[in-house]
Amino acid sequence: MSSVWARIEPLLARVQKPARYIGCEDGAITPRHDEFGPAGPVAWLLAYPDTYEIGLPNQGLQILYEILNERDDAVAERTYAPWRDLDHLMRVNDVPLFSVESHRPAAEFDLLAFNLSAELVFTNLVNMIDLAGCPIHGADRAPGDPLVVIGGHAAFNPEPLADFVDAVVLGEGEEVVSEITEVVAAWKAEGRTDRETVLRHLSQVPGVYVPSMYEVRYDGPRIVAVEARYPDVPATVDKRTVADLGDWPYPKRPLAPLTEVVHDRLSVEVFRGCTRGCRFCQAGMITRPVRERPAEQVRTMVREGLRRTGYNEVSLTSLSTADFSDIEPVVHGILEDSASAPGSCGNTTINLPSLRVDAFTVGLADEVNNGRRSGLTFAPEAGSWRLRTVINKLITEDDLYGAVDSAFSQGWTRVKLYFLIGLPTETDADTLGIAELATRCAEIGRRHTGRASVTVSVGGFVPKPHTPFQWFGQNTAAELQRKIDLIRGATHKVKGVHVKWHDPEASVAEGIVSRGDRRLGRVIERVWRDGGTFQEWGEHFDLRRWTSALEAEGLSLEQYVYRHRTVDEVLPWAHLTAGLHQDFLWDDWQAALAESGVEDCRWTPCYDCGVCTGYGIEHVVASPVPPAGGSQGTGQDLERGGEVPVTLLARRTASEALGVGA
Amino acid sequence: MKIRVRSTKLGKVRFVGHRDMARIWDRTLRRLGIPVAFTQGFTPRPRIAFGLALPMGAESLAEYVDVEIDTHHVDGHDLDLDGLPVAWSELLPDGIDVTVVDVPDVPVESLQESVTSCTWELWSPEITGEDLAAAVALLDADELLVERERKRERRTDDIRPLLLDLRPDHTGHRLVAELATTGRALRPAELCTLAFPHVDPLDVRVLRTHQWTSHDDDRREVLPLPVSVAAPDREVGA
Repeated sequence: MSSVWARIEPLLARVQKPARYIGCEDGAITPRHDEFGPAGPVAWLLAYPDTYEIGLPNQGLQILYEILNERDDAVAERTYAPWRDLDHLMRVNDVPLFSVESHRPAAEFDLLAFNLSAELVFTNLVNMIDLAGCPIHGADRAPGDPLVVIGGHAAFNPEPLADFVDAVVLGEGEEVVSEITEVVAAWKAEGRTDRETVLRHLSQVPGVYVPSMYEVRYDGPRIVAVEARYPDVPATVDKRTVADLGDWPYPKRPLAPLTEVVHDRLSVEVFRGCTRGCRFCQAGMITRPVRERPAEQVRTMVREGLRRTGYNEVSLTSLSTADFSDIEPVVHGILEDSASAPGSCGNTTINLPSLRVDAFTVGLADEVNNGRRSGLTFAPEAGSWRLRTVINKLITEDDLYGAVDSAFSQGWTRVKLYFLIGLPTETDADTLGIAELATRCAEIGRRHTGRASVTVSVGGFVPKPHTPFQWFGQNTAAELQRKIDLIRGATHKVKGVHVKWHDPEASVAEGIVSRGDRRLGRVIERVWRDGGTFQEWGEHFDLRRWTSALEAEGLSLEQYVYRHRTVDEVLPWAHLTAGLHQDFLWDDWQAALAESGVEDCRWTPCYDCGVCTGYGIEHVVASPVPPAGGSQGTGQDLERGGEVPVTLLARRTASEALGVGA
Repeated sequence: MKIRVRSTKLGKVRFVGHRDMARIWDRTLRRLGIPVAFTQGFTPRPRIAFGLALPMGAESLAEYVDVEIDTHHVDGHDLDLDGLPVAWSELLPDGIDVTVVDVPDVPVESLQESVTSCTWELWSPEITGEDLAAAVALLDADELLVERERKRERRTDDIRPLLLDLRPDHTGHRLVAELATTGRALRPAELCTLAFPHVDPLDVRVLRTHQWTSHDDDRREVLPLPVSVAAPDREVGA
């Protein structure tokens, strides 16, 4: 088994940012050379299909990397998408995709496992399979080729990738990677004869979907049915969920890179799941229920992580960190620990991403910001209360103005507001409401500082599978652009308000794939063959690649992006589930159209979305008392001190909850 | 309290840039529990000063960094300076080892200002013994005019005065070059273009072996390796 470092080295002298490709990070685990081969442990190459800077901080990949390397029967290394300069040199010099630890060719691994966090990286996935020297179509692979596996949020509709991948993991990977390892180990022990055998076995692992074991029947553009080919292959594949995050204190050895990356700080995940029920938000829907990490464990992971990496900044990550029920004691604990740590001089900064919109949150941000007042970001998402009831982002104008006022009064000078446009039922009045909110926020800011600046960041809404908005027809690029222009027109003379927007054409490309079916595989392949890699990078994106590929395949934007879906339609992912009942999603869609909001079910009674009841798991929170802070977005006054009907850190093993071996 | 540190940069980490190195030092200091003093002012910065930047892709046996330790938070006598090279090297990536830690008794000039020349080794499979002989003969020239670009300005310089020494190493495969760093310094890649015109400078490996200061013809290494410190392997296996 061979390192190709000697062949990579001369190429690195000729590319931008060569430190992306050398590995050597703190926390990296380099397997010994004898730990490879037919008799060796199952070798995983964990791949992130975007640049190193974006992929390295990915927590999912780091968690699985450690869990696999802790096993005796597995080794795991990492790889990232080579930038276009190195990609070109690798092809010219016949150098294959390699791991960053031992610089071994990707094809020497048993599994090539991709983490997919967004749809526009799909062409990079195809490119990396090809760079590995592996046939891009699963059907063409030989028993000696790696098994191509995908997971991550964007794998919840894997149908557009069905041609390219061998297996898909739905949901959280902590447990299932071990089960997959055992299946592959058995296959290796039997001499790794044919792929059909191992794929059939994998299809029976809960949470693993093997596209080739299913037949899709069409009637013209419509899907009639998706059916398992064999009786032992499950008709529906459910996602995997770990019952208690406290059982998984990973990463224990966080990777600290040698070169600058996007989130160059320690990350500690404080909870998973979100029950606020924002209807546009796929992450909130597919990661239910809420599972908080025990407060004491958060504090230990932060203390140990900082000590191990030498970082002086930590992000407490989740979908809405101010909702963590023990947030105040945890923050105080971290600050206390950092003050007493040698060498830190108490200079630790705590980063709270995904801030809730209320004054309490700003107070918290003030405590943890260590004197730096760069900018605060809030996400009201829609410009009017009416539209916020449609999307179930129940932030009142008072919540927003209160938050903005306390931000400027506490010394921040820049506030950023995130909005979506192209939401269901949106009118121009709603769109112009964005400009009004921003104008008012800038006025509030000027009461405190002449330098007050409000940046409005506008993104086009792309409907996502497994959400109540999965039936909604996306706005056209022209319509999104018209709305952007409305906002710009209404704010261009307003002092202190700046508007930024996401390219509407990129939203269209994302929309093609987001709710696509297997027929899009040929489109993705055409875009890739036409040179369309790094589609998330504006300088390499061109919508015409996508539209001409669609046309060449006899498919249309109307069919995949713009049309509303009907209730009787078989959606391409109908055989895959995140536990949410289809009835619940449809009823919630109807409630949206009726402008009716629903409350956060962490603190209020269950309205049966299907996840907790279906999987026999529950919300796990660290404290029975919701954190203080305005209306909590629920429209209710949730005073601190009210007991709520939740389970306090129910300690249940994963196998009990799921009825499977962990 | 100021400490001056000598270290290596060998193997894969030769592709880590100068700015990234700053972050690596910063993080390892915190891991060692050594508090770094900060500058005063609106945006305080750690008082860590680096020597002359090593070109991307070059290796080194003689990199230097000065660190001002915050003695409000730690007593200088409590620091185990003798154990520091080993402890520090353990935290640094493979290929970066601290070889000397020195506490100057008298205030020292900054590294940027005091280093007057560096010794380099240059080699490539494409460079023959004859090429080396031809390269050494550059010393015979009275004047070596080279067109160079600095800060987007092209200018023709006589670089002959910057060539302090050129000779083959004891293996006969490498060119040893001492190049002045004062004024418009001569980069190893620029020397390559002149010395080995038929070889792409990107294919020439570069190793900095020494950094020198000179005062009145007294040339000294910034921090010589003590005899007890074995010279690290010159090439770290990948």
